[in-house]
Amino acid sequence: MAITPNPYKTTGALGWIDDRFPLTKMWKEHLSEYYAPKNFNFWYFFGSLALLVLVNQLLTGIFLTMHYKPGAETAFDSVEYIMRDVPWGNVIRYMHSTGASAFFVVVFLHMFRGLMYGSYQKPRELIWVFGALIFLVLMAEAFCGYVLPWGNMSYWGAAVIINLFGTIPFIGPDLVTWIQGDFVPSDATLNRLFSIHVIALPFVLVGLVVAHILALHEVGSNNPDGVEIKKKKDPATGIPLDGIPFHPYYTVKDMVGVAGFLIIFCAVLFFMPDGGGYFLEAPNFTPASQTNTPEHITPAWYFGTYYAMLRATPSFAGTQIWGVIVMGAAVVILFFVPWLDRSKVKSIRYKGALSKIALTIFAINFVILNYYGLQPPSDTVQLISQIGTILYFAFFLLMPWYSKIDKTKPVPERVTE
Amino acid sequence: MTPRSNRTMTRLITRLAQVSAQSALLAAAVLLPQAVSANTGVALQHFTANSGNLPSAQRGARNFMAYCSGCHSLKYLRYERMGADLNIPPDVLKKNLMFTSDKLGDQIKIAMPAASVDWFGRVPPDLSLETRARGADWVYTYLQSFYLDDSRPLGVNNTVLPGASMPHVLWELQGWQKKAEHAAEGAKEGEHGAEHGGGHHEGSPFEPVSKGTLTPAEYQAFVGDLVNFLDYASEPGKQARISTGLKVMLYLFVLLGLTYLLKKEFWRDIH
Repeated sequence: MAITPNPYKTTGALGWIDDRFPLTKMWKEHLSEYYAPKNFNFWYFFGSLALLVLVNQLLTGIFLTMHYKPGAETAFDSVEYIMRDVPWGNVIRYMHSTGASAFFVVVFLHMFRGLMYGSYQKPRELIWVFGALIFLVLMAEAFCGYVLPWGNMSYWGAAVIINLFGTIPFIGPDLVTWIQGDFVPSDATLNRLFSIHVIALPFVLVGLVVAHILALHEVGSNNPDGVEIKKKKDPATGIPLDGIPFHPYYTVKDMVGVAGFLIIFCAVLFFMPDGGGYFLEAPNFTPASQTNTPEHITPAWYFGTYYAMLRATPSFAGTQIWGVIVMGAAVVILFFVPWLDRSKVKSIRYKGALSKIALTIFAINFVILNYYGLQPPSDTVQLISQIGTILYFAFFLLMPWYSKIDKTKPVPERVTE
Repeated sequence: MTPRSNRTMTRLITRLAQVSAQSALLAAAVLLPQAVSANTGVALQHFTANSGNLPSAQRGARNFMAYCSGCHSLKYLRYERMGADLNIPPDVLKKNLMFTSDKLGDQIKIAMPAASVDWFGRVPPDLSLETRARGADWVYTYLQSFYLDDSRPLGVNNTVLPGASMPHVLWELQGWQKKAEHAAEGAKEGEHGAEHGGGHHEGSPFEPVSKGTLTPAEYQAFVGDLVNFLDYASEPGKQARISTGLKVMLYLFVLLGLTYLLKKEFWRDIH
């Protein structure tokens, strides 16, 4: 029950609300009196940018849904209707399609930041776990959305991904039929993926984002030095000496990041919305066809790394399920990072050579795998993908060992910049 | 603003610039359009489609209506929209480009019955999105690569799409050509074609059999106009999008400057 009069001594309309709802309380806790370390660098832009892209997807998605007509007979035509007859429809559609790719770029960089500065270490394990869940849901959301234009790549992409479930012993084939609602991807499949894309997953996604931020604000932000700013507080005010209020300091700083991001985002959106055939693929400008298979079926570019692992894993004992397991494990292993890292320090700045080399190889390998995941299969692609898959898992599985024996540098008492 | 935070921001801006430059480079390296037709390995001639070249797109529209629209629809494009975008007045549109029974607001469809599947073996595809699905290079090369081939029902084949069911509709303009003996191998390996293209000179994969009403250069320009028009038809909003984009970019650079100054002002007292 709210305390009347409220402890913030607000009056008027705000006072009336504060007597009934924690408006001022929330404002202070999450913005004006949320103390963030003052030494955030470039890498700290990507959290707020991910939020920006999420809002972009939700808003443009609402307008697209007003004009898009799910259904095997109508979907492709309705997308062209949006592109041609709906005022500003092409810009809204490109905002959404470019936004999907931008979401993954931003989230990959955001996750890399976390790995670099040990942002998952105690007490921030749950922030990381929520984040990994967001990544997982985001992949499912992106897959469903990719199918909706019902172009030929949508169709065959859906066929390939849904058939991954077919590798599960005993129930596989029936499961695929159940998921598709038909024996092949069809009208029924498209409609359920639409439902999942516009209702189920966005709902979960927003909830997870709220949980991610609540968990962050409970323990406070990490920083490039990996120093806990709450350990050194001003004795008079109880405010961390290296902390500054998120608002206005980081709200105005993030605005600079937003402007910089929008310059790149809009350059793609307005001048090369196809992304050179990677953001919008050429075969997807042909309607879905059961009889006309694209020469080279690739998933969307942001699945390249995981698709490479799927293809790299040989079939064994008469089943291809191993590839699916490896691909799944590659995502699931992310959840365990907080407990795999045994280092005494958080930030890469104070970790030793082993950790720095491991992270560098991991990052380069991730990009290489992504590239080769999108190439037509060949022996070279296969070999590189296999080496890449081993390196990917080695980064995580050897982490308890190399992070423990690695020589660390002393961490300063206060942040350095 | 302390010199230190100034340095930080300078570094930030530099990094942003670096990152965007790097990503552009990466994009250029990774995303360069493939100059080879994926299904046949035949080298495609490069053509940079420009639907903003209005006279060319207008000629392309006229020629499309004269030579192509008998069989190929543009079902996502409306006459009215085309007239407005390509600066063709309604009376000219009605008189010269439209089927008499069509109305201005209609989509560009064909009168051909479904039974046409018996004429050519398949229904001629709608071309609204052809340049986006196959690429401008493909269409540009395809229209120059018909050659005489007795083994085909219509006596004509295409190097870019072997076994194409489409007759060489533009033969009167281009004339007939046959596969050059000396170039048959080279074209397959993609050594020629790209530089030499449709001109009947040394290294061309074709040699002329009979002359058309257009010279090789004129025919190439004719095909270029068609491709520019199809590029327009594949996304009528493209030019408007690009011009909006330029304004947006201008605004965003101003916004970046202003937000940077705002940030500098607020962070003045943070050390």
